[in-house]
Amino acid sequence: MSLALEQLLNGLQFGVMIFLLAAGLTLVFGIMGVINLAHGSIYMLGAFVAASVAGTGAPFVVAVLAGAAAAGLAGIAIELVVIRRLYARHHLDQVLATFALILIANDGVSMIWGKTPLNMAVPAALSPAVTLGGFIYPAYRLVLIAAGILIAAALYVLISRTRLGMLIRAGATHRETVAALGVDISRLNTVVFALGAVLAGTAGALLAPILAVQVGMGEQILILTFVAIIVGGLGSIRGAFAGALLVGVVDTLGRAYIPVILKPIAKPEIADSLGGGLSAVAIYVLMAIVLVWKPRGLFPVGPR
Amino acid sequence: MRIVARASLAALLTLSMAGSSAFAADPAPLKIGMITTLSTAGGYLGEDMRDGFQLAIDEEHGKLGGVPVQVVVEDDGLKPANGKLIADKFRIQDKIDVFTGIIYSNVALAVVPGLVESGAFYLSPNAGPSQLAGKGCNKNFFVVSWQNDTPHEATGQYAQYLGLKKMVVVAPNYTTGKDAVAGFKRTFHGEIAEEIYTALDQTDYSAELARIRAANADGIFYFLPGGLGINFLKQFTQAGLKKTMKVVLPEFSLESHVVAAVGNAAEGLYGTAHWLKDLPYAANKKFVSEFIKKYHREPTPYASQGYDTAKLLASGLRAVNGDVSKADAFRAALRKADFQSTRGAFKFGPNQFPIQDWYSARVVRDAKTGKLVIRGVGKIMAQAGDVYSNACKL
Amino acid sequence: MLALPAAAGVLHQPFWINACTRIVIFALVAASLDLIVGYGGLVSFGHAAYFAVGGYTVAVLAQHGIDAAPVAWVVAVALSALLAVVVGALSLRTSGIFFIMITLAFAQMVFFALIAIKAWGGNDGLPLGARATLLGLDLRDPTVLYFVCLTLLVAFVACAAQLVESRFGIVLRGIRGSERRVLALGFPTFRYKLVAFVIAGAGAGLAGALWADYARFVSPDMASWSRSGEFLVMVILGGIGTLAGAVYGAALLLGLESVLSGLTEHWMLPLGLILLAIVLFAKRGVYGWIAGRDDG
Repeated sequence: MSLALEQLLNGLQFGVMIFLLAAGLTLVFGIMGVINLAHGSIYMLGAFVAASVAGTGAPFVVAVLAGAAAAGLAGIAIELVVIRRLYARHHLDQVLATFALILIANDGVSMIWGKTPLNMAVPAALSPAVTLGGFIYPAYRLVLIAAGILIAAALYVLISRTRLGMLIRAGATHRETVAALGVDISRLNTVVFALGAVLAGTAGALLAPILAVQVGMGEQILILTFVAIIVGGLGSIRGAFAGALLVGVVDTLGRAYIPVILKPIAKPEIADSLGGGLSAVAIYVLMAIVLVWKPRGLFPVGPR
Repeated sequence: MRIVARASLAALLTLSMAGSSAFAADPAPLKIGMITTLSTAGGYLGEDMRDGFQLAIDEEHGKLGGVPVQVVVEDDGLKPANGKLIADKFRIQDKIDVFTGIIYSNVALAVVPGLVESGAFYLSPNAGPSQLAGKGCNKNFFVVSWQNDTPHEATGQYAQYLGLKKMVVVAPNYTTGKDAVAGFKRTFHGEIAEEIYTALDQTDYSAELARIRAANADGIFYFLPGGLGINFLKQFTQAGLKKTMKVVLPEFSLESHVVAAVGNAAEGLYGTAHWLKDLPYAANKKFVSEFIKKYHREPTPYASQGYDTAKLLASGLRAVNGDVSKADAFRAALRKADFQSTRGAFKFGPNQFPIQDWYSARVVRDAKTGKLVIRGVGKIMAQAGDVYSNACKL
Repeated sequence: MLALPAAAGVLHQPFWINACTRIVIFALVAASLDLIVGYGGLVSFGHAAYFAVGGYTVAVLAQHGIDAAPVAWVVAVALSALLAVVVGALSLRTSGIFFIMITLAFAQMVFFALIAIKAWGGNDGLPLGARATLLGLDLRDPTVLYFVCLTLLVAFVACAAQLVESRFGIVLRGIRGSERRVLALGFPTFRYKLVAFVIAGAGAGLAGALWADYARFVSPDMASWSRSGEFLVMVILGGIGTLAGAVYGAALLLGLESVLSGLTEHWMLPLGLILLAIVLFAKRGVYGWIAGRDDG
C-alpha cells in the first residue's frame, strides 16, 4: 500500500516538473498563437546558468534566480529579434524559426560550456531522504513538489486576479478588441513571452540538481511538455496543470506497474522488455485516446 | 567537420599550397577518415576519443609511425545514415583507405561492413558489436577497445567477487541494453531480483527507484550510458538507496566525466575498467600527463582508446612505411599489435578483438586533494577475450 | 527543375550520384508531405513513420529472401498506405496543433515498436544483403538507382500536381480555407482528407523503400520524431504548398548540412542562422525566392 502511495507521489512530482515547462509553453501558444520549439532550449539555458553560478560557490537560491533571469533575458531577446516578425505569418514559419533557434542554442551552449555534462549539487540542507509514513522520500523532491504547486498558485492568481492577467486572458480570445481598447499588444506579447521563458528557466534551474545538465536536455523534455499541454487542452494554466499531472502520473504508474502486471502472464524475459516498451509509449497512447475522444483536449478554452 | 591535424611543417605546407610545384617533392600526408559523434548528448565521447587520437599524432609532430598523416574528422550526429554518407564521401571522393572513430554500435553496423568489404581498413576505438565479432568478423576490421559484452562480463565477475547475492539490473529497453544484461548474467550467478528496462530518453527514474527499493536486493548493476546514468545515479543517491545497496558498474557509467557530473553521489561506487588513470605502465603515465597538459581536463577511457588506436595504427604504418596498399603486410603488422598500450599487455584474439586484463576500481576521496577519484583495486579478469571469437573464421 | 542532380548524374561520379539519390529520396518524402500540409492544411508530425514502414518492409522481405524490387516496393507502399488509413481515420477528427501532436503520437508508437523488435535488429537496425533488381535493371549501379529514384520522384510530383489542380485538389484547398463551408456544400470532407493523407503516406512509404535499397540499411531512427521534424523543415524551407518547392527544400537542407558539417565541428550554429535568415527574409520559402512574388 505504501508502495502505491509512493508511486503516486512520484507521479505527482514528475507531473509538477512537467507543469513548470508546460505553463510557459501553453501561455505563449494560447495568447500569442506561437508554437515555440525553442522552449526546451530556454529551459536548458536556465539549467546551465544555474549550474555555473552554483559552481562558483554561490548559494542555491542565487543560482536558481540567476538561471531564471538569464532565461527571461533570452526570452525577451528571442521575442524582439525573431518571434515579433513572425506573428502575421504562417504557424509553420514559426516552427521553422524556433527549430533554427534550437540548433543555434545547442551549438552555442556547447561552445560556451563544452560538451561534458555539468554538475549542480542538491543544497546540503535538502539532500537527505526523509521518512514519510512508511516510505523514504528524497527531501529535495518534496521541495520540487512544493515549488511547483506554489508557482501554479501564483500563476493562477496572476491570471485571474490582476490587470495583466485580465489582458492575457482577453488577448487569448479577443485579440482585436484588446488592441482596439488601446492596449499595447506588442508589449503584452513581449511580457508574456518573457514570463514563459522565466518559468522554463526556473524549471531548468530547479531540476539541474537531479538531472544531467547537458546539451540536448531541452528536446528530451520538450515532447513530453507538448503532450501535457495537448492532453490538458491548449491555452489555459488549468489545462496545463491537469495535463501535466495526468501525463506524470500515467507515465510513472506505467513504468511502475505495467512490467509487474505482465510478469505472471508472459515469460520473464518477454515481460520485462515488453513492459519497458509499453510503458515508454503509455503517454502517447494516453494522448491518442484523449484526442480521439476529445479532439481539443480535456479542458479546451473558448473559440480561437 | 574536417580538422587539419596539427601536422608536421611539411604536411601543412603541402596542404596549404596544394599544387604548388615548389613543394611537389614532399609526399602528401596519409589521410585517415574519422567518423565520430561530436554533437548530441553523446558528443563528449567522440570529442575525448578524437583528442586522445590527436595526442598520439602530436607526440610524433604530425606523424604516426614516422609517416605524415592528416586526420579528416566529421560528425555523424549519432545517425547511422549520416555515418554512412560520410563514409561514402571519404571512401569514394577522397579515396581514403584507413578509417576509425565511430563511438556507437548502431552507426558502426551501418558503416563498417561496407567499408571493409571495399578493401578499406577500419580500426575501432570504441564500438565492438557482437554482429562483427563472430560470423561477421572481417580481416580488415580491428577493435582496440573491447567486445561490447566484455565490460558487463567483468562487472558481473566483480559483483560475484564482492559476494553479492541478490542484484537488480537496469538497462535501456533496446538491443544494446539487453546485450549488456546478458553479458552481466553470464558471469554473475547470484539471484536477479528484478530486471528493469527503461525508455531511451528517460529523465525521471522515481518509479524505477521505488521498484528497486521494494526488491530488497543487496546490489545494483546498471548500464545507462552518458547522461542517462548521470540522471539515474543522482536520483538513486538522493533516494538514500546507496546506504543499503552496493553499486557495481561497467566503465561507461563510471568514468571521470560522470564522476564530475554527479559530484558526491559517486563516492563509494564499485566499477570495472580495461583502463584506469592510475595504471602503472610507462605508456599510460605519459599519456595521462600529456593529455592533462594539452587539454586541461581528466582523460577518460574513451581518450585512452583513441590514443591506443593511433598507436596501433602507427605500428602498422611503420611496418609498411606508410604504403597501405600493401594490404597483406599492413594487416599482418596490425595483427601483431606491436605497441605499448596504456593498459599494459594487449593482443588480438582470432577475431581481431582485444585480449586484455580487466580491473576492479572504486570511487574514493583522495586524501591530499579531497577530490573524488576512480582508483584501481585489483585485477578482475586476466587476458580475457570474448565469447564470439570461436565463430569467426579468419 | 531537376537540372542540378541530372547534371551530376552525367558526371559519373559515384559519390555525387549517391548524394543526389539521397536528396531525391528525401524530396519524395517532402513532396508527399507538402501534399497534405500545403494543400490540405494537415500538418503531420509523424511522416517519418510511413518512411520507416516502407524501408522496413523492403528490409524484412529481403531478410526472407524476397528481393525483387517491384514486389517489395509494392508491398511497402501498400503497408504504409494501410498504416496511413488507420492513423488518418483516428487523427483526422482533430485539427491544427492537435493534429500535429496525434500524428506524432502514432509515429512514436512505431518508433518504440521498431526499437523493441529484436528479430529486426532493434536499435541496431537491419542491414540488407545484395541490392535488388528491378525488371532486369541492376539497382546496385548507383547511376541506375539514381535515375529510377528520379523517375519516381518526377512521376509522383507530376501526379500530385495534376491532383491538386483537379476537382479533388480544389475541394482539398477549400477544406484548408474553411472546412465548414465545404461541408455545407455537401462534400464528405473527412473522406477527402483521408484520401489525401493516405496518398501522402504511400508516397513516404515508397521513399522509404527506395531508401532501404539505397542505404542497404534501415534503422529505427527512420521513424524518430526528429526525422519527422526534418521532413517538415524541408517543406517549410522550400515553400508550403509548392510541390516543386519541397524538392528545393530537401536539396537545400541536405546540401547545407553536408557542406557545413564538412567545414566545421560547430556546423549547427551556422545552419541555424541560415535557416533563421531564410524564414525571416524569404516569405514563401526558397520557391518564393526563385519563382518570384507574383507566382500563384
